[in-house]
Amino acid sequence: MSTLDLAALVRDPRTKVLVTCGSGGVGKTTTAAALALLGAEAGRRTVVLTIDPARRLAQSMGLIELDNTPHEVKGVADGEGRLYAAMLDMKRTFDDVVLAHSTPDRAEAIFANPFYQSLSSSFAGTQEYMAMEKLGQLVATGEWELIVVDTPPSRSALDFLDAPNRLGRFLDGRMIRLITMPARAGGKTGMKVMSAGFGVFAKVFGKVLGGDLLRDLSAFVAALESMFGGFRERAQQTYELLKRPGTSFVVVSSPEPDALREASYFVERLSDEHMPLAGLVVNRVHRMATPEDGSEPIGAARADAAADRLTQSADPAAACAAAALRVHAEVARTAEHGARMVRRFRTAHPDVAVIEVPALPADVHDLDGLRDIGALLSAD
Amino acid sequence: MSQARLHVVTGKGGTGKTTVAAALALSLAGQGKRVLLIEVEGRQAIAQLFGIPALPYSEQRLASAPNGGSLWGLAIDAEEAMIEYLDMFYGLKRSARGLKRLGAVDFVTTLAPGLRDVLLTGKVKEAATRTNADGHRAYDAVVLDAPPTGRIGKFLDATREVANLAKIGPINRQSVGVIEFLHASTTAVHLVTLLEEMPVQETLDAAAELAAAGFHLGAVFVNRARPDLDCSGATDLELIAAGLARADLPVAHASALAGEVTQYTARLATERENKLRLDALDLPHVQLPDRNPPVDLAELHELAEVIAESGVLP
Repeated sequence: MSTLDLAALVRDPRTKVLVTCGSGGVGKTTTAAALALLGAEAGRRTVVLTIDPARRLAQSMGLIELDNTPHEVKGVADGEGRLYAAMLDMKRTFDDVVLAHSTPDRAEAIFANPFYQSLSSSFAGTQEYMAMEKLGQLVATGEWELIVVDTPPSRSALDFLDAPNRLGRFLDGRMIRLITMPARAGGKTGMKVMSAGFGVFAKVFGKVLGGDLLRDLSAFVAALESMFGGFRERAQQTYELLKRPGTSFVVVSSPEPDALREASYFVERLSDEHMPLAGLVVNRVHRMATPEDGSEPIGAARADAAADRLTQSADPAAACAAAALRVHAEVARTAEHGARMVRRFRTAHPDVAVIEVPALPADVHDLDGLRDIGALLSAD
Repeated sequence: MSQARLHVVTGKGGTGKTTVAAALALSLAGQGKRVLLIEVEGRQAIAQLFGIPALPYSEQRLASAPNGGSLWGLAIDAEEAMIEYLDMFYGLKRSARGLKRLGAVDFVTTLAPGLRDVLLTGKVKEAATRTNADGHRAYDAVVLDAPPTGRIGKFLDATREVANLAKIGPINRQSVGVIEFLHASTTAVHLVTLLEEMPVQETLDAAAELAAAGFHLGAVFVNRARPDLDCSGATDLELIAAGLARADLPVAHASALAGEVTQYTARLATERENKLRLDALDLPHVQLPDRNPPVDLAELHELAEVIAESGVLP
């Protein structure tokens, strides 16, 4: 059972790309930002791509709106290193992909289609796919010594690995072939080659949605079809990029059963896909303070019982200790629960390096706060 | 909120909205009502919470309540909802099954994700307005464990988006009914939050978005709040040490305890600050105690009791 040393990983010149992943609400973005700052202050030219940072954290990094262009973050310690940050603009990134794989005329037609809007903004996995696309672009510039990518807060962490393939499969699928058939065959003559399946499809959707909708859809899919090859190839490249030496995945969780269950799935999936896993960061771990004499802290039940006894006395010392013991009981209960959850994960995954980051009393929204987190991510 | 028959429960991921939705449904059932709890995200969260096998696409009894009340559960699946819908309105059940085999539903809802939400909200409306043969409502109240705050506005108003894509036809007509029902005063949208920066910010944003879109907001459920222990000043080492000695506890723990009190006080201050931000909403608050997940049935009933006593229910 090893401890994850992220500071060493971030400083290692062989580490080129770090991907943080995990379920929503576990402090993934903060972890990504703290790792990037750690890299920059170790003298590396670093960029962090965030997805949906808390407002004040974004502001502290000079991020005001969605912007694919990395901006330099002010306030990084003097030295060789630089920190840049960008906030993923999903639609812009998708537009870029379309432009790169299509003629300007075709691209215009695609942008104007009502279906493009929904596909580019809400296809399940588009955000994940575009984060990977943007990562590919950042790698291609060759400008960065370290790239830290935060992944979208998918309910299922797996969405993010599947997204490029899912989009590829979708564009390659049976329905797409059925639906593009009339457009490909050039109108009425194509009716003969239409399968019975499409007949059913056309009948139902024509009846329910009206004929125009189906024509719009068919035109849209036909226009996109010209780019299928490009899409697939790109998805494949991104996937390969994630397996290259120099890439490491950092799974982030909180000590709660749901988040750790997601973390488990992710760890297993990365291992199945031969993707390099650095380890697990467990954020917001509540710990009891260690007594001066190094003895074990008092358990929750014992603290509560003692507080009950002391409350019966009117003495100020008793009242003071009772109040402190009540707080301690509360802290102990939370700590015991978290420890039990993390222990369960460690038992199931004995080979995964884990680092536990203590819960901070307040939210992090400046570079000093990120620096504190960075220090906590370093194994001493 | 007093007239609400459909209770939509949303919140940022990880705030415990499923738990709150279930507790709210239980407390409504506790008033002697027949209550339906619905989930729409294919997680089988209701089954997990109540410790029963996965729910099929039909309403199952989850629990009985005092005064003749009962709680039922339903996990809506968009594909099944579409087949039901095509059958109900067009008599196209067989074609619909064929489409399912082709993966057409998945395909169409991928291209127009709003359509999935239209099917889900359409089914919610159907369940909430259904009447029995005797003319009485099938359910006195329906509680929806809805998508998270980031998506809730789009979800509830998906019918508008689809109405734009399908400008004519029966879908358009059906949509109007759903839009009107969800915007009526009989539908209340409740927000679940933790007293942390991000969830509170999302709650404020969602509340503004929903109000602007004409939805009726219900209550804010503040989940997993720390007990507001009165520990101000409990950092005096000598006093703590003397008290510990009196309780036959090792005096060497005094400074560790004082340190915990300082941290706890700081956390309470952050929570209080976040709570003040919520006050800007001018909505009733219900504060629920922190129960470590996974929440068991006894704890769920305990939370339902807190909701019942809070006085926010009609």
